[in-house]
Amino acid sequence: MPDPSQQATPLKTTPLTAAHRAAGARMVGFGGYEMAVQYADGVLKEHLWTRSHAGLFDVSHMGPAFLRLLRPTGDADADHAAIAAKLEPLVCGDLQGLKRGQVRYTLMLNARGGIVDDLMIGRPMWPDRQGQLYVVVNAGTKENDFALIGAAAGDEAELIRADDRALIAIQGPEAADVLGGILPSALDLTFMTHTRIDLDGVGLVVSCSGYTGEDGYEILVPAAEAEAFWERLLADARVKPIGLGARDSLRLEAGLPLYGHDLDETISPVEASLEFAISKRRLRAADFPGAIRAEAEMSGQLTRRRIGLKVLEGAPAREGAEIVSHIGAVIGQVTSGGFSPSLGAPIAMGYVPPAFADPGASLGVVVRGKRQAAVVAPMPFVPHRYRRKA
Amino acid sequence: MRFSKDHEWVEVDGGSGGDVVRIGVTAYAAEQLGDVVFVELPEVGKQVAAGDALAVVESVKAASDVYAPVSGEVLEVNTSLPDAPETVNAEPEKDGWFVKLKLADPAQLDDLMDRAGYEQFLGTL
Repeated sequence: MPDPSQQATPLKTTPLTAAHRAAGARMVGFGGYEMAVQYADGVLKEHLWTRSHAGLFDVSHMGPAFLRLLRPTGDADADHAAIAAKLEPLVCGDLQGLKRGQVRYTLMLNARGGIVDDLMIGRPMWPDRQGQLYVVVNAGTKENDFALIGAAAGDEAELIRADDRALIAIQGPEAADVLGGILPSALDLTFMTHTRIDLDGVGLVVSCSGYTGEDGYEILVPAAEAEAFWERLLADARVKPIGLGARDSLRLEAGLPLYGHDLDETISPVEASLEFAISKRRLRAADFPGAIRAEAEMSGQLTRRRIGLKVLEGAPAREGAEIVSHIGAVIGQVTSGGFSPSLGAPIAMGYVPPAFADPGASLGVVVRGKRQAAVVAPMPFVPHRYRRKA
Repeated sequence: MRFSKDHEWVEVDGGSGGDVVRIGVTAYAAEQLGDVVFVELPEVGKQVAAGDALAVVESVKAASDVYAPVSGEVLEVNTSLPDAPETVNAEPEKDGWFVKLKLADPAQLDDLMDRAGYEQFLGTL
């Protein structure tokens, strides 16, 4: 890991950096920001706490923004259609079809159908805010993403960055009870919906979503109010602060890819096993970048596929480890891997040819020159527990 | 007990005549590593030189090498560690030892710090 003091550009801080330092967090540079990688309890305990109670994460390094029509007509559906039309050419998802309040995971693609970023896009719940989209992109890619989105907006829409605010995630089986105690209307949200909620005159954007596989929320908070809100959540004994170390092991168990590791500009949605994010309407119309590639890959012309691996013996297989067939031929590489605290065993994800990608297939991984048995496992490794509609 | 700048400790084995040592990582190192979830030990009989990678410890997040603070031959490894890697965190300077080494050159021990020197060194980090 690069030493933050050695970096040419100084690291940016989030509205919560001072609070993390005061809490004794170990700080590292990540995505250009000084972030807490772990607190006093350490990655293992923080991970397990999130799976059994509620973990609080500062994810302010991410890129939240609003894309807004400059001249809305006041016709809610027409305004939504107009703003969706601005962003759809960049992604493979159905934005036209978003319902009020709905959030969708989608992929921004380049002309070759490679993944430029994975991101969340939401349509506002409130009737007076139609003609606007809430977008959250990754930290390391946000400058490029915002440039692309800004260009797509043309002179009919504007991109309003909100990455000066704090983005706080609360995740885990007790997250809803905790947040509901402060924001009762958050309990009306189901998984992958969001809304604006006022708390003592402060406007928050609350999304029922996350990156852990647990039920939970991501809350956009103005910088000036961030620390008080963070401390208010932490005052609940069910809540502990969780660093980026456990965020990574939690998302790995949940089978969720990490951009820059499991996804990059050469990898397509189908290769990444993310074809659920390709809209059927968009595929029929072939109106997104790389649609022809997606069509071909979905009909079997595929050379690699993202899979999950359970490593059955030996050390964790981490990013860069070779994946070998049962006869020892190198067939792919691990793109992220580590020790699963919930399973008490090493897990990984990586890419292999489709012939080796079926769950149950016996493969191997090579760690420090030693071949270790592994088996293709369905993802998520640990079942998702999202707040679905009753 | 003597200490290296890489945060390993070396202790001469009581009944050995002074040329057999146990090696482990310091309490400081164990705290920095975080919860150890996997330990890889060398094979008995392996010859190592001071500064060589001797073992590997893995936390949830990362793998770290444990270096040989002195040269010698691996006589024995702590076979209970692979099944109970958490011992490295619980008892780093006792039951969490890694290997017993037959010293190639007992004078190398003089290159290591005593506890007071090591604690002073930690204060500079």
